[in-house]
Amino acid sequence: MKPIADLLAEHPFFEGVGAEELTALAGIGTDVRFAPGEVIFREGDAADRFFVLRSGRVGLEIHAVGRPPHLLTTLSSGDVLGASWLFPPHQWQFEAIALDETSAVALDAAELRRHLDADPALGYLLVQRFAGLLVKRLQAARFRLLDVYGDV
Amino acid sequence: MSEPRPTSTASAMPVADPMVPTPYEVVGRRQEGVDTVTLTLAPTGSALPTARPGQFFMLWAPGVGEVPISLGGTGSDGTIEETIRVVGAVSRALVGTAVGGTIGVRGPFGTAWDLEAASGRHVLFVAGGVGLVPLRPSIAEAVARADEFLGIGVVVGARTPADLLFGDLLADWGRSGVQVVTTVDRGDRAWHGHIGVVTEVLDLVDLDPAATTALVCGPEVMMRFTAQALEGLGVELSDVQLSLERNMKCAVGHCGHCQLGGGFVCLDGPVVSADRAAPLLRVRER
Repeated sequence: MKPIADLLAEHPFFEGVGAEELTALAGIGTDVRFAPGEVIFREGDAADRFFVLRSGRVGLEIHAVGRPPHLLTTLSSGDVLGASWLFPPHQWQFEAIALDETSAVALDAAELRRHLDADPALGYLLVQRFAGLLVKRLQAARFRLLDVYGDV
Repeated sequence: MSEPRPTSTASAMPVADPMVPTPYEVVGRRQEGVDTVTLTLAPTGSALPTARPGQFFMLWAPGVGEVPISLGGTGSDGTIEETIRVVGAVSRALVGTAVGGTIGVRGPFGTAWDLEAASGRHVLFVAGGVGLVPLRPSIAEAVARADEFLGIGVVVGARTPADLLFGDLLADWGRSGVQVVTTVDRGDRAWHGHIGVVTEVLDLVDLDPAATTALVCGPEVMMRFTAQALEGLGVELSDVQLSLERNMKCAVGHCGHCQLGGGFVCLDGPVVSADRAAPLLRVRER
């Protein structure tokens, strides 16, 4: 099995992060795997991990009374999973479920926040990268609202 | 759109009066999805010139009207395939034409996909909804000539899994080494592709952006976002081809219905490069 630092170095989210920082982050990381159908986290639970997806496919769902689960989006290799770990109250807003055999590196959220606080340069880089992803997803959500395939 | 593209097809214009429909018989009819049908059309007399992928024909349902439909495929026996989604009275009449019935055809018109521009490079096809129809013959050609490209990617977006066209073909292309990524706006756990818009899955295709030519077809908003996303990945806009859609009526640049900026989509398009089309796609219409 590859060292966690190598797994992080291969992931686009950590592109450009130095070896020393990656080694430090690897110390709070765990190589995790999920079977198809396995729940990774549930809405309302403590957002205590940040997932760096290596392979597979994860669905983000929202559940509402009287309605079937609504699959909002899928994430896969090269994506990161979870935003709620970064912002108070650190609770998951959605349910994440593995749709395929999925592998990831799970970083301990409290430790990760401590690392980012202690190393502002790394913190700025990763939060800037994270913000870019969130903006991309927000734009995609707006794009989807247009329902462009509806009447063409 | 003042400069004609190199792929402009003046030489491919029909010899016959371009305003007079040529009768074609419906010799095949295949349901492709909930509201989409592929018709195979055979000339009852002399055939129209062979169309190139990306070009369109004007299809006339006698007594109802005429609409532009992109080439869906060409048979070696002179037949043409047209995949039509029902969106109005004319398309409904066309797909309702039974085998043995007659449809009027004019064309081919407009510019074609420039697949040669992708030779020696990665070629990426991005389709949204029925936008896969005009790309289908070019994808098939690229697959047949796969060794001429660094790699082939096909990204397809649709509203729901039931709206995805040509599922068997997508599977065939995937088996032949094409990187196929499918995504839908709405799906459930039974769906094996992705959920989201095409811009979210473009980076799943392994390619070198600087050596990529992209052919994009779908609703104009989708093409606009896709061109932006491709540019964000490092693909030059001049290497991105789009297929514009406007209200084409005469198809020969006389009526002006399809005017966009300083040009006509029926003559200067529908296939144009994104660096020329991008400003036009942001034109506000009242």
